[in-house]
Amino acid sequence: MIKQTIIPFGPQHPVLPEPLQLDLVLEDEKVVQAIPSIGYVHRGLETLVTRQEYQEFVYVAERICGICSFIHGMGYCQAVEEIMKVEVPARGVFLRTIWAELSRIHSHLLWLGLAADAFGFENLFMQAWRIRETVLDIFEETTGGRVIFSVCKVGGARKDIQPDTLVRIGQTLEKMKKDVKSIEKVFLKDNSVRHRLAGIGILSAEDAQSLGAVGPVVRASGIKVDTRMLGYAAYPEAEFEIITGTAGDCYARCAVRIGEIYQSIDIIRQLIPKTPEGPVDVKVTGAPQGESYMRLEQPRGEVLYYIKANGTRLLDRFRVRTPTFANIPPLVKMLEGCDIADVPNIILTIDPCISCTER
Amino acid sequence: MGFFKMAGTAFTNLFRKPATLMYPVKPAKRFPNTRGTLTIEFEKCILCGICQKKCPSYAIEVDKTEKTWKLDRIRCISCGSCTDWCPKKCLHLDNAYTAPVTSEFKDSTRERHTGA
Repeated sequence: MIKQTIIPFGPQHPVLPEPLQLDLVLEDEKVVQAIPSIGYVHRGLETLVTRQEYQEFVYVAERICGICSFIHGMGYCQAVEEIMKVEVPARGVFLRTIWAELSRIHSHLLWLGLAADAFGFENLFMQAWRIRETVLDIFEETTGGRVIFSVCKVGGARKDIQPDTLVRIGQTLEKMKKDVKSIEKVFLKDNSVRHRLAGIGILSAEDAQSLGAVGPVVRASGIKVDTRMLGYAAYPEAEFEIITGTAGDCYARCAVRIGEIYQSIDIIRQLIPKTPEGPVDVKVTGAPQGESYMRLEQPRGEVLYYIKANGTRLLDRFRVRTPTFANIPPLVKMLEGCDIADVPNIILTIDPCISCTER
Repeated sequence: MGFFKMAGTAFTNLFRKPATLMYPVKPAKRFPNTRGTLTIEFEKCILCGICQKKCPSYAIEVDKTEKTWKLDRIRCISCGSCTDWCPKKCLHLDNAYTAPVTSEFKDSTRERHTGA
């Protein structure tokens, strides 16, 4: 019998700036088991809901994550609006959807850069982040922030986008497509990149379903799951297909994310001419009472919010189930049987956000 | 399948301007909407204390008896909640970022306005 060795991966590792710890049980150079442990960046954001008035908690909710911050704020607002039966004006809903899709583009481009960095392609990493800067500029111009937008509020949006700016955003994104194409061919066609991604970290469709994978991870395994299809916000106004892969390996997950960048650009292109005129928010008074669940599609997968309100301005409970949390069991499954050299690569393909997971 | 897929992009990069700015020699990009430093026109302020109540990071302190309005710049997250709620619209978010400070001494990071 081969002697087993345990190698710790993280909590500090060059490939991942966030503290995820995995104990890798090795036989020779093959991983036979991976034991995850989290808990290094717990900040207790959920409990702050009992000390922060429900209208100001949006700013806390969107600080759960630095990358998918907009959708966290939007999910919280939607959950509160559902309890209070607030009807958000159509323009507010459309702008929120446009911002949510922009943040998906920026998150996926960020991930592409990090993935390139993980397999040791520094130049590709810089190119991906250079393209991402275009989206960050749009964000700063329209919301005032580059990664934390503070633009969602209970009852609508805090800022309006001028019609000519909206048209310009559409044109900028169309131009950006050319740039994305230039790095897409490297990710999907280059031999050395393919060598690091194809056939690595395979997650079968049955495993993906039984372990509860979400987002691009489950879609890359060939299962059509996308919370946007539930038709929240302005998604019913746009036509789009769920992008899936078949192989369930790192290459398929990369291809799904690249496909989703084009898809998001297309959704924004469809929404811009349909954006109605009118106000972006309604005044919300009173305090919520009751409880609600809200499911949204983050760039990393499905996120769930639960809110319990007691009729005062302070809520009782706020709970978030983030996509990375759901993707950790599939990750452990993927790591079994892989080479130790592929571990950083595989971990990165679930797009882990540990700060999100621990809140 | 293919080789040298990056070559074209890498080659054009040689003749392109740098994508980064030589900050602080060249000023950072800013937009009119950029949320930067919080400023107050104290003459208009009525010391109602709504900004203190609405601040999610507890950065503002208003004292009605002493007639002071204090801001802890390190705590401020430039969210703009106070500017939205201010009834006199005397709080503004400037689009320049707050200058970095070298110490966390409260005196050096707090602004003190004394009313007339």
